Amino acid sequence: MAVADSLPGEFDVIVLGTGLTESIIAAACSRVGKSVLHVDRQAYYGGNWASFTFSGLLAWIEENKEAFSKEEITEWMNDINEGEEIILLNSSDKSIMNVEVFNFASQDPVEDVKEEASLQKKDDPFLTVDPVEDLKEGSSQKENDLFLTVDLVEDLKEEGSSQRKDDLFLTVAVAESFESGIEKSPDTYVNEHPAETLEHNDVCTSSQKKNPELSIDEKRSVNVCKTSVAETRKTITYSQIIRESRRFNIDLVSKLLYSRGSLVDLLIKSNVSRYAEFKNVNRILTYQNGSVEQVPCSRADVFGSKQLTMVEKRMLMKFLSFCIEYEQHPEEYADFKERTFSDFLKTKNLTPNLANFILHSIAMVLDTDLTTEGLRATQHFLQSLGRYGNTPFLFPLYGLGEIPQCFCRMCAVFGGIYCLRHGIRCLVVDKETRRCKAIIDSCGKRISCGHFLVESSYLSDDHHQKVKYRLISRAVLITDRSLLKADSEQLISLVTVPPLKSGQPAVRIIELCSSSMTCMQGTYLVHLTCSSVETAKEDLSPVVSKLFSENMKAGEKGEVEAERPNVLWALYFNMPDFSSVERSSYDLPNNVYVCCGPDSGLGNDCSIQQAEHIFHQMFPDEEFCPPAPNPEDIVYDGDGTPPEESVFKEHGESEVGDGEERTLDTKYLVTSTTNEAEDAQESVKEIPTE
Amino acid sequence: MHGRIKLKTTEEQAEQKQKERLKKLHFYETTRSACFAKRKAGILDEEGLILSGQLLAANPDFATLWNFRREIFLHLKEEKNPEELQTLFEKELSFLETCLRVNPKSYGTWHHRGWVLDHSPHPDWKVELELCSKFLQFDERNFHCWDYRRLVVQRAEVSPQEELEFTHKLIGTNFSNYSSWHYRSTLLPLVYPDTECRVGRADEEALLTEYELVQNALFTDPNDQSAWFYYRWLLGRADREETVSCLYISREGQRLIVSFSHPVNVLLPRDELILFVDGLPLRVTWKSPHPQLKRSAIWICELPPNTINAACSEHNFKVHWRDGRIQRECILYKGRSESWCRDSATDQQLFRCDLSVEKTTVLQSELNSCTQLQELEPDNKWCALTIILLMRALDPLGYEKEMLQCFQTLKATDPMRTAYFDDLLSKFIIENSILKMEYAESRVVDLSKKNLTNLCHLDQMQLVTHMNLTSNRLKSLPIHLSMMQCLEVLEASDNEIESLEGLVQLPRLQEISLQNNRISKIGDLRPLASCPSLILLNLKGNPITEVPDFESELSELLPSLKDLIV
Repeated sequence: MAVADSLPGEFDVIVLGTGLTESIIAAACSRVGKSVLHVDRQAYYGGNWASFTFSGLLAWIEENKEAFSKEEITEWMNDINEGEEIILLNSSDKSIMNVEVFNFASQDPVEDVKEEASLQKKDDPFLTVDPVEDLKEGSSQKENDLFLTVDLVEDLKEEGSSQRKDDLFLTVAVAESFESGIEKSPDTYVNEHPAETLEHNDVCTSSQKKNPELSIDEKRSVNVCKTSVAETRKTITYSQIIRESRRFNIDLVSKLLYSRGSLVDLLIKSNVSRYAEFKNVNRILTYQNGSVEQVPCSRADVFGSKQLTMVEKRMLMKFLSFCIEYEQHPEEYADFKERTFSDFLKTKNLTPNLANFILHSIAMVLDTDLTTEGLRATQHFLQSLGRYGNTPFLFPLYGLGEIPQCFCRMCAVFGGIYCLRHGIRCLVVDKETRRCKAIIDSCGKRISCGHFLVESSYLSDDHHQKVKYRLISRAVLITDRSLLKADSEQLISLVTVPPLKSGQPAVRIIELCSSSMTCMQGTYLVHLTCSSVETAKEDLSPVVSKLFSENMKAGEKGEVEAERPNVLWALYFNMPDFSSVERSSYDLPNNVYVCCGPDSGLGNDCSIQQAEHIFHQMFPDEEFCPPAPNPEDIVYDGDGTPPEESVFKEHGESEVGDGEERTLDTKYLVTSTTNEAEDAQESVKEIPTE
Repeated sequence: MHGRIKLKTTEEQAEQKQKERLKKLHFYETTRSACFAKRKAGILDEEGLILSGQLLAANPDFATLWNFRREIFLHLKEEKNPEELQTLFEKELSFLETCLRVNPKSYGTWHHRGWVLDHSPHPDWKVELELCSKFLQFDERNFHCWDYRRLVVQRAEVSPQEELEFTHKLIGTNFSNYSSWHYRSTLLPLVYPDTECRVGRADEEALLTEYELVQNALFTDPNDQSAWFYYRWLLGRADREETVSCLYISREGQRLIVSFSHPVNVLLPRDELILFVDGLPLRVTWKSPHPQLKRSAIWICELPPNTINAACSEHNFKVHWRDGRIQRECILYKGRSESWCRDSATDQQLFRCDLSVEKTTVLQSELNSCTQLQELEPDNKWCALTIILLMRALDPLGYEKEMLQCFQTLKATDPMRTAYFDDLLSKFIIENSILKMEYAESRVVDLSKKNLTNLCHLDQMQLVTHMNLTSNRLKSLPIHLSMMQCLEVLEASDNEIESLEGLVQLPRLQEISLQNNRISKIGDLRPLASCPSLILLNLKGNPITEVPDFESELSELLPSLKDLIV
């Protein structure tokens, strides 16, 4: 993390907001050698894409309930020259609305329950601009981080050792790399002896790259299963949730990665995938005829399905095979181009059950969507099947909030500078050229830039009044069991709920298990999402009451309700969806680019497309996110440029001496940037503590 | 602050790669020579393990080195105490695991692993079983691992029931898996033994659930072959019992012909065939009908002179085979010129090898579901083929028309295999013709205009005297035709015949029509010289008739020939 006061005065690109789109663009710019300043007014990464521990989420809720009304001092006006004008930005985010929280978990008699490592609510970031304090805080934070990560590693170690036996085949690369990484990393700070850290990095990446979901997933599920057998349906109290706050990684946005979607392609292409781990979504479920059922979508599902007759199996497979290459059979749907997909399905000899499966759970389109849209969506779904498993989706371990951070890390590795809790007050625009020349940050410092990228919620209310945007309704539930019981408790499920009544939205549910590293053992984290019709509570609570039980007392429930998962805690809120807003509807200079923030879709294609589009607008001649080189192919080109020869010596027979030392030197310098990025990374995971 | 980064240029990279490659090669070669030198000198120490280990990690398919390692281990076994040995073996196992992770399909590595465990003081087979499961999770079709798993299962005494469940699980994730299906076919009879004790068959109840499982696969993806093959196994392929199926005596020819259910070689001691005439053993020389047939379903012996005295005598012939366990007896009555004894052949015994084990009701219901699938998938060749087999198992003559239709579909959907389908169809048509002949108790077989491309089941026609093969697409008269020892008249006009190699030593063959075929050389007719009774030969419309001096050469070759039509 950069110290706010010592920032350089000029950058090629300044990015405001650390959501997915902004982070990708920042990484792409830095990757091709542009100087990048990436700032966020919050103390955490991700903006509306962020992921929180349970306490972190409570803090976020509080923050969104408070009204910000601090007017800035305008001493920086002195920096504005003649021929320049300013565009003010929002100092706070007021985009989250209708926040409602419900707690159903039994309260412990003991008051004042604290989280294991208690969190302190953040100071207002805009006021503390004193460099000294900032520095202090930064350093103490680093220590704290270190301390915390060691804790985490201890856990991992324990698990790792017990699993080693079960797990012959996989070297416990993750646990081991953590061990070595942490035990040695204090050295790296003190002795600046970075060779090991580089290695540790390598171990991590190689194990992740090859088989994302294997490294942790399998092992963990073994453990969890054992314990859960012992304690059958233990009631979880609110204080337990607070105590285990750190086990939660609660995303504000709930999305999945299509295995052949543009985000996965980008992660692979850019080598950013090395920074993240993924788990396969295990099941696709749907709510049909009053119960939750599994949707047979892959070949293996259809084969194994007990709900379908032989003929249905054939008809479903036949239709799905057609969808994979529907473009080659235009005659099949030519008459339906102007009609809805659901009408088209009716002509395909599919039983009503099958048609519902396809419409709501595979294509995931509305009754009103046209045939070609339905076919395209079905095709996208099917093409993603089988790449990493029997469903088309991946979920990032530790939550979706990891993904923007991975790109930030990539940006930092290539020299991007990061500054959290750092706002930008206004843009300085040249009156004549109508270009944004510079910005003035929350410290009042003027920084020049070639391009300015901003997430739309940073734009002032004046700008938003001119555009029409939609809202997303969101709910986050913590429950005590899965919506559909299965052999394993460690399953990630996508549940599609068709509109309960006409006029109500179709709701998408993602149920995460504890091995996805997003919730504590014995609980499930359930995300509900739909395009808003009313407020989040009004849109989503009908679905919640159909599928879940909000009454904890076992005796008072009917038989059906007793089988449903209990809601321990629930949060509802609305988030804006600017994805349909045209750039031209904002009255902004040409070199100011607006990122729309999260959309309501299940995939991430919208953000990726926007990132690529904006990047090419900025730098038409540059490649978008070319693969990051292997560490051994990087040569440091710094002040005391080491002679080329030494690079080769690194691979030569062990020649101790001058050359060797220089090589180490090179390595160190490369690593130091990586460390920087890691710092950035860690500071996100643990929301700054005292 | 942050350093700037630039990439190595491609020339640098290429040069470096080249250097690395050379270094690697050099290292590999020196290590290899070191290993060989050690082995030659008989130094079997742990350094040898290290050296060969370095090479095998790079190239696991170096069989000599695995042998070298085994030699070292055998040697160390005598030197070390059990604890040291155990650690050594454990180290070897983890080394092998790394090798397998690099190349999970190396014969040498898997084999060596089995060897190591068999020689290790405390082998842990349970761990091995998990290893197999893990590898199969990554590649459920790795047959090396399947092989190894079978070894492990044997050693660890895993119950077939557990293994059956394991295959079920793998089939559940991906049923395109020959290995899994095949494994099931070996496990099912063990877990659910057949109530009638037929070897290799499973209990009826268990089979019914298997039908359902496999049909799920067929309806899900009818283009996947593995399930179809398993399906055919389920429907059962009965092995006919080995037996002497017919005994034939010709008074005039003074010869005896023995037919078997399978091709055999009675000249081998194991299959020795003993002839008794009127209760007394008689030493005779057996020969197959064609010199090229080493194993044959038909064996012939010339009876010594005076065995059959006069036209009016009655004789009892009997053969003992397989040490007398299999016998057949035949009486040549007074005044008869020939006599035979055989089972009244039904279609079941003759041809229903495929899919014949199951009960008719099961076959019928399977035929119904396949027909249903065919309605949905008219172009699926596996479905059409299975329907043909089912129809043949149920009623070969009754379904003849439908069968022909199915073959048309097959040829249209899979033109690449037209020739195969033609041959298969020929086989079925011949089977049907034989059946018709049997029911009519006739010795005449008419196979004209059947589009035949291939002749088979000729051993079933050894009593036939007249055969009509006119207007087919035959290219040759194969050597098996020599089994038709009673053949007198052969009509084979309008074919594409080039070779007559099967027309050898047919003692009663008198007339051959070969009009409009492709016989072009006098040499092609040479086999006919061994047929002593031949008097009529029609070669009209063959290229050979254009050859100058052909007739004179032919009369030299076949002096007894009376009528030559050209």
